[in-house]
Amino acid sequence: MLILTCPYCGVAADETELTPGGEAHLTREAPGSDDAAFEAYLFQRENPKGVHFERWRHSYGCGKWFHAARCTQTLQVYGTYPAQTSAPPQAICDKISGARPGWSWRLFG
Amino acid sequence: MSEIASVTALNGARYDGIVEVAEMPLQGMITLRGKLGAAPVKNAAIGIGGVDMPDDGMISVQGDRAIAWMSPDELLIFCAYDEVGVALTAMERTLDGSFAMAVDVSDARAMFRLEGAAVRDVLAKLTPADMSVQGCPPGRMRRTRLAQVAAAIWLTGETTAHIVCFRSVAPYVFGLLSTAAQPGSDVGYY
Amino acid sequence: MSYRHNDSGRLIDRSQTLTFTFDGKTFTGHPGDTLASALLAGDRMLVGRSFKYHRPRGIVASGVEEPNALVNMGHGNRMEPNQRATTTELFDGLTAVSQNRWPTLDSDIGAMNAAIARFLPAGFYYKTFLWPRAFWKNVYEPFIRQSAGLGRAPTEADPDSYEHFHVHTDVLVVGGGVAGLAAAKAAAATGLKVLVLEQTHYWGGRTPVDGGKIDGMPAQEWIDATVAELEAMRNVTLRTRTMGAGVYDHGYALGYERLTDHAPDAEGPRHRLWRIRARQIVTATGAIERPLAFAGNDVPGVMLASAMRDYLVNWGVVPGQRIVVATNNDDGYRTAIVLKKAGLDVLRILDAREAGGGALMQEARDLGLRIDCGRGIGKVSGGKRVKKVQICVTTGTGGAMEALDCDAVAMAGGWSPVVHLWSHCGGKLVWDDAQAHFRPDPAKAPTGADGLPFVTTAGSASGPMALGSVLQDGAAAGTRAAKAAGGKGRAPKVPVAEDVEEAAMLPVWQMPARAEYRLKSKSWLDFQNDVKVSDVELAAREGFESVEHTKRYTTLGMATDQGKLSNINGLAVLAGALQKPIPQVGTTTFRPPYTPISIGAIGGSARGDIFQPVRMTPMHAWHDVHGADWEPVGQWRRPYAYPQQGEKVEEAVQREVTNTRDNVGLLDASTLGKILVRGPDAGRFLDMLYTNMMSTLKVGRCRYGLMCSENGFLIDDGVVARVGEDAWLCHTTTGGADRIHAHMEEWLQTEWWDWKVHVANLTEQYAQIAVVGPKARQLLESLGGMDLSAETLPFMAWADGELGGIGVRVYRISFSGELSFEIAVRAGQGLALWEKLVEAGKAFGVMPYGTEALHIMRAEKGFIMIGDETDGTVIPQDLGLDWAISKKKTDYLGKRAQERSHMTDPTRWKLVGLETEDGSVLPDGAYAVGRGKNANGQLVTQGRVTSSYHSPTLGRGIAMGLVLHGPDRMGEVLEFPGTDDKVYRAKIVNPVFFDPEGAKQNV
Repeated sequence: MLILTCPYCGVAADETELTPGGEAHLTREAPGSDDAAFEAYLFQRENPKGVHFERWRHSYGCGKWFHAARCTQTLQVYGTYPAQTSAPPQAICDKISGARPGWSWRLFG
Repeated sequence: MSEIASVTALNGARYDGIVEVAEMPLQGMITLRGKLGAAPVKNAAIGIGGVDMPDDGMISVQGDRAIAWMSPDELLIFCAYDEVGVALTAMERTLDGSFAMAVDVSDARAMFRLEGAAVRDVLAKLTPADMSVQGCPPGRMRRTRLAQVAAAIWLTGETTAHIVCFRSVAPYVFGLLSTAAQPGSDVGYY
Repeated sequence: MSYRHNDSGRLIDRSQTLTFTFDGKTFTGHPGDTLASALLAGDRMLVGRSFKYHRPRGIVASGVEEPNALVNMGHGNRMEPNQRATTTELFDGLTAVSQNRWPTLDSDIGAMNAAIARFLPAGFYYKTFLWPRAFWKNVYEPFIRQSAGLGRAPTEADPDSYEHFHVHTDVLVVGGGVAGLAAAKAAAATGLKVLVLEQTHYWGGRTPVDGGKIDGMPAQEWIDATVAELEAMRNVTLRTRTMGAGVYDHGYALGYERLTDHAPDAEGPRHRLWRIRARQIVTATGAIERPLAFAGNDVPGVMLASAMRDYLVNWGVVPGQRIVVATNNDDGYRTAIVLKKAGLDVLRILDAREAGGGALMQEARDLGLRIDCGRGIGKVSGGKRVKKVQICVTTGTGGAMEALDCDAVAMAGGWSPVVHLWSHCGGKLVWDDAQAHFRPDPAKAPTGADGLPFVTTAGSASGPMALGSVLQDGAAAGTRAAKAAGGKGRAPKVPVAEDVEEAAMLPVWQMPARAEYRLKSKSWLDFQNDVKVSDVELAAREGFESVEHTKRYTTLGMATDQGKLSNINGLAVLAGALQKPIPQVGTTTFRPPYTPISIGAIGGSARGDIFQPVRMTPMHAWHDVHGADWEPVGQWRRPYAYPQQGEKVEEAVQREVTNTRDNVGLLDASTLGKILVRGPDAGRFLDMLYTNMMSTLKVGRCRYGLMCSENGFLIDDGVVARVGEDAWLCHTTTGGADRIHAHMEEWLQTEWWDWKVHVANLTEQYAQIAVVGPKARQLLESLGGMDLSAETLPFMAWADGELGGIGVRVYRISFSGELSFEIAVRAGQGLALWEKLVEAGKAFGVMPYGTEALHIMRAEKGFIMIGDETDGTVIPQDLGLDWAISKKKTDYLGKRAQERSHMTDPTRWKLVGLETEDGSVLPDGAYAVGRGKNANGQLVTQGRVTSSYHSPTLGRGIAMGLVLHGPDRMGEVLEFPGTDDKVYRAKIVNPVFFDPEGAKQNV
């Protein structure tokens, strides 16, 4: 059972205090987008055996959404950061690159 | 205010076990949303009088007044139940024009007090939060869950804890606390 | 016979006597006894029957690894099956009954399975019950069900209470043997918080039995001193009777504390589940001795050598008077020596090794014991207890060289570290050739959130078995864990013990090595599930190469002991049969819990009234007193109807509808969500959330709105009121309040975080009462306080004011087609207002009504209900709600999805009304069938019923449904086959059945 530190309130929250929200950094496709792009936005998700960027909500806490960079295999957490961003912080990317040279994930490969 | 008296969810229910569980009387509570660093928000909060702005994650208490840090853009202001109307008006005046919101939530909540040496043990039966002195020192506002519902917990001393939860689950939370305080269930850990 | 031997028994208090019964017979024991030791003391050697063959079985072990001595404890509501006698502390009045036998343990009919054992090998069920197919349901399944399961499930509710307890600690030490204590001491010296769990009620593990000196003092003295020292430290918590049950991700571990199992009359919870978060975990879980696989190794009286030693030293009990010891290592000699020194007759030590052992062998020889090297047991004879042992050459085929009359056999097959907790969260193992066991590979530890190891093993759980190295390893583990957890400071002195030099052990997986089938088929590996050497070899011959497959095929290690006793033996036999090295065969997966834990402990306090949260409105108690028939709606309880004396629920519903339509009704609408959305961008935000336009709503007015997901599907609906220049109050469905509040927060926080909008869930701040019916206005006016005339408060408007001296906000909205006011009031005054309305309403014939009347009235008006007309695949366009979808807006959540080809498909089923030809009620959920069949040979469908009721207003059944081209087929009759074999015929009609002009609500 995971512990993730909420970047807003600093609480090292138990997984049972959190709600998972799937893949992070999706780009919303609005009316006018083509069918393929919209389908990808609705349905296509990364499912890596390795580093993943996820959305979590500190629902039994401050109520804020945040992102976590986490390895789905070892459950190592590379960091958590506020959700008001479209890309992970460089420091977290560097940390992942240091630990796993050659890793890639969608746009951040 | 109308002349019809308001009532709490459980009419002041009590339970005596390894700690004393009591539903608190009516308590004024105002949710204040906005940028906590901004002067109007700060002034609106401390405008209730006598209470300092809390540090992040903390609650500052003075009598029946308190200011609790709930999230980076939310405070919960405690005052006397009958003073909420006046306090809200004052806050709205202070906040005028800024992007912030003050709203009365007094009736949406229930509040409990736990009294006794085993308060940390009793709460640790219900919440995954670290209830040690380091994890939850007096004055820390810990929003967490108690079994299956959301709650906010804070200690005002080593033997007194307060709990705020939603009004509709007051019977459930009272049941949880009473069960956790049942005789013979002392853990003696904290 | 087995009996209480002498004045030894370090754990028992002979000054007190406890009485208990087993299979109805009365026995006695002492405080400190386990049920197993007390049974042995009473010469109860036969304690159970094996699962498959019903073989007579005795006690083999002294701890958690015991496979045989499972009993049914207690009776009535405290009855519990499969309780291990070896870990059950004796108490006065204990009642236990043996299992898996009929009619009695001594004469068991099922034992005939043993006579045909040859025909019941591994995989018997899979092979036998395959054909003929028709036999499965009526012949095979009842037969298998009859023989399946061990013990009987209790039939009454458990009267005991249970609880959870959450702990955060720096270092968790699992195991209170000398290694665990040494580790705890080392870790505690840094000042970190240390929690030590020990599954038994005493400290020190088996060291006091095995003997030895620590730091120059007898082991027990060192243990007592160390425990006293740890107890005095404020940063250390010691818990006995608490088993480390499992290790999970990110330093999560479970402890299982048994508080009152040994004292059932004590108050308080019976079990407590410790939910622990530890920075570092030290598993000092010890080791378990392996049996030897020889023919008849399951005859009562054959026991692990270490267990025999435990019974003598701990409880002063011996399983026999004339004992043979068989061993493949030096440790077996310890048992022989202890027995001999206690004055027992050790007939022979059979050492499988040609060269024999080291110093311990010499000590045994000096005591005058006869030792045969290169010898083993060919066969043990005896039915319900050991009678004779045939001695053979270890390397031979089993030809008897000599037979010895005896009544107990001690077997010592070497020790395996308890690696379970290490392995639970991914710790890897290595094969240790010298000791012939798997031990933790320190280089491949489980890793935590920071990617670093968080479990370390201590003592014999790491592999070393000698006292000195166990202590050293324990202390080192404690220091290592403390350092990893951030502890600083110098480690205390490592405790020292002098070890006896031991000779190498000899792996013996089948005794004798070249045993014939007749012996192998009586050489047990898994005692509880009746898996023998021959079964594993059969599985290998039949192609089961993977250990996981062999496990499932043979059921090796799948019993309640999960293979603790002899899984390694099984793996080794499989490796031998496959002619592969053991490490290449590998182990099966270790899963928590370490030993079974009670369902009660897992559930904790969540039972009865606090099984789950039940949300109650401020008027809940009133409804209860007034006979509400409750309906769960989300976590809320809402009155379904209020049946009066002698009235059926359905009758009450009909009365409530009629009274509301004729007079006036009251509905507790407090559960509806009320979410305040406020800020400069609130209008823009709501335009994105709702399909229609909310930004144009005037202050003081209300508008019905629909919300969709990004998939385009309808997720919620409700009335939105503009309560200020920059503020809207959004009503949601009862079940939707929390979900929609979270939905709003999600979009604000993760997509439009620069928009200036605040939301607050005010659902519980207000009680809300719907006053509905032609006399609603009269009733409210009788309370006085505000103008509710149609001119001042027209339909779809709201106003603040006072009613009967109570501050209220009145929304003039209707979900029934009647003149209707929804009155919001502070929750603390909800009951007061409700009671005023009931009292004042008497003059107008007021009656409360429940959710079913609400449903009928909305269906009569053709209003949709989220969850009835919608099911997560329905878009607003399906429901004819195009009028509530803005054509002007360039975007709203769901708009893009509603342009997808599937969503615009003209063959999507659409909402219509349905009227049965005979006025009966259509079955809810029934499908309309069409002509022909689909590819699966089923009748094609062309629609389904989404809501169906009997309308008292119209005096007939009414329904809504989604039908292919429905709105274009008015008047057509559809056929709905019911599950009652009737076919219901219903005509497609307009879904608005009642007052389509809205004359009643607009007054």
